Amino acid sequence: MKSFKYVRPAEVLNAIQTVSSNPTAKFLAGGTNLIDLMKEYVERPSELVDITRLNLTQIKSANGGVSIGALAKNTETANHPLVRQNYPLLTQAILAGASAQLRNMATNGGNLMQRTRCQYFYDIAMPCNKREPGTGCSALEGINRIHAIFGYSDKCVATYPGDMANALYALDAMVRIKGINGQERLIPVKEFHRLPGETPEKDNNLQHGELITSIELPKSNFAEKSYYLKIRDRASYAFALVAVAVGLETSGSNIKQSRIVLGGVAHKPWRSIEAENVLNGKPVTEETFRLASEIAMKESKPLRHNAYKVELGKRAIVLALQRAISNRAA
Amino acid sequence: METELDYELHPELNTALSEDEKELLSQIPELTELGEGRRKFLGQVFASGLGVFALQLLAQEEILASMKASEDAVFALEALEENLVAVKLKINGLEKTLNLDSRVSLLDALRERLALTGTKKGCDQGQCGACTVIVNGRRVLSCLTLTATCEGKEITTVEGLARGEELHPMQAAFIKHDGFQCGYCTPGQLCSAVALLQEAKNGEASHATVSFQTNARNLKLSDEEIRERMSGNICRCGAYPGIVAAIQEVHKGKETAQTWRFVSNEEIAALNLEEKTDEIV
Repeated sequence: MKSFKYVRPAEVLNAIQTVSSNPTAKFLAGGTNLIDLMKEYVERPSELVDITRLNLTQIKSANGGVSIGALAKNTETANHPLVRQNYPLLTQAILAGASAQLRNMATNGGNLMQRTRCQYFYDIAMPCNKREPGTGCSALEGINRIHAIFGYSDKCVATYPGDMANALYALDAMVRIKGINGQERLIPVKEFHRLPGETPEKDNNLQHGELITSIELPKSNFAEKSYYLKIRDRASYAFALVAVAVGLETSGSNIKQSRIVLGGVAHKPWRSIEAENVLNGKPVTEETFRLASEIAMKESKPLRHNAYKVELGKRAIVLALQRAISNRAA
Repeated sequence: METELDYELHPELNTALSEDEKELLSQIPELTELGEGRRKFLGQVFASGLGVFALQLLAQEEILASMKASEDAVFALEALEENLVAVKLKINGLEKTLNLDSRVSLLDALRERLALTGTKKGCDQGQCGACTVIVNGRRVLSCLTLTATCEGKEITTVEGLARGEELHPMQAAFIKHDGFQCGYCTPGQLCSAVALLQEAKNGEASHATVSFQTNARNLKLSDEEIRERMSGNICRCGAYPGIVAAIQEVHKGKETAQTWRFVSNEEIAALNLEEKTDEIV
């Protein structure tokens, strides 16, 4: 690990200013991804600004919805009564990720900030445009089994590995950000992460020095019928090959409103509005679900080793929708 | 002072040096320059099975410390350790102050600085759970925790689970139900399992919890629940059935039958007879 200066400011603004004034400084929250990447020399900050003791841990009702602090731990968030009752999709998504130990460490803001698990990104002996812009993408023609089938570029085919953000996207959440001088802005989760395009080194639209302070969840009508389905290489403690966050609001036997967000298939959580349009206004039947799943995967462009994700994605969508309707937790 | 501190964490160490240990220590000339207390400590550490490597590390540290007065030595120290951070923390009930490089993980601080080698380094990248310890009542991975972030925190390692000679019920259950083979993942499994009991009492949900929308406390965990909740601890020997049985017994608070036993002398004798019979045939 490269040597770094460790500081622990007591105030939010102080922390922001410290990172803003040093281009190679980074915020340290749970550290479950950053410390790992530092050990691999993928991340080499000259200064770590420990923000874990800042007062950004509250989970509370706000504006008809719920505001969750950026530094609340994943465990606290998933288990908070307000989240469990009103946003079970978020609880399920968080609990589908990592292990109990990691969820006890990981924060909500840090979860959004986690970087790809592309093996070439982690291996500093290999070219990677995300790690070293301009060196090329090793995954494009390499072993790309876990990589993207949507929205990639010839510069990068990596996927965003998280679960929480997929649920947050389906729940129309907003990310509250504080910048230098304390000015705030809100970015919808759907616009927080980016597609790789020509600049895969940028995972998201946060500027250097900006700090996530909370995540705002608006009132949701999906609490009764939602489901987070995660398909992975083993039953637990693995990243998603394909994940599906679905939310349904029904009226009688018809679907009034829906959300389908896929994880593990693109550089950001991947929503299929086309598939939702197939569902909206239609009766709740397996046939409708199948049609939606076909539409959701229609534009997919699998790479050499990940064509399986297309069929897996279709089946996962149908299953997730069925479980959402039957409100089955497992 | 450091010697004394380290002593507190290792009450099990015998203070007497054997003749062999004295002989071994006298063969390291640098150490003979150092105080008797330190020699004793090193001897005990050595005797407790820390091994030659740790002895060398400790000796190196001691030599550097003794050179501290000269400018060269200060320079040498700085070359080894950068961005020193002073951290006060409570480990297994005892308060410790460490001065260490900001890069030192909690796992390395426990093992290399405090000689608490019960906590194991498996993958060192958050994928195996061998390094699991309990910080402020929560199980975490010490390999991904910077010691610098632990100021004022309470840490429980596997060494802190037992009460003197009395094993923690989870330790006893692991032995009873054969919850390990090689034992390398066991300290992490134990810390994880102990914390899991509290999580179930708190009513915390897992991915396998069916009715997770309600906040019931004192959850009764199925075997599937325990497997999911322990998925962050990998056991290469595959002792999982024993681990689940052990946790289930402590969780239920009701004794369950051991599903294995040692073979009896009679059975061994019978086995030998059979083998001989085989040979004749």
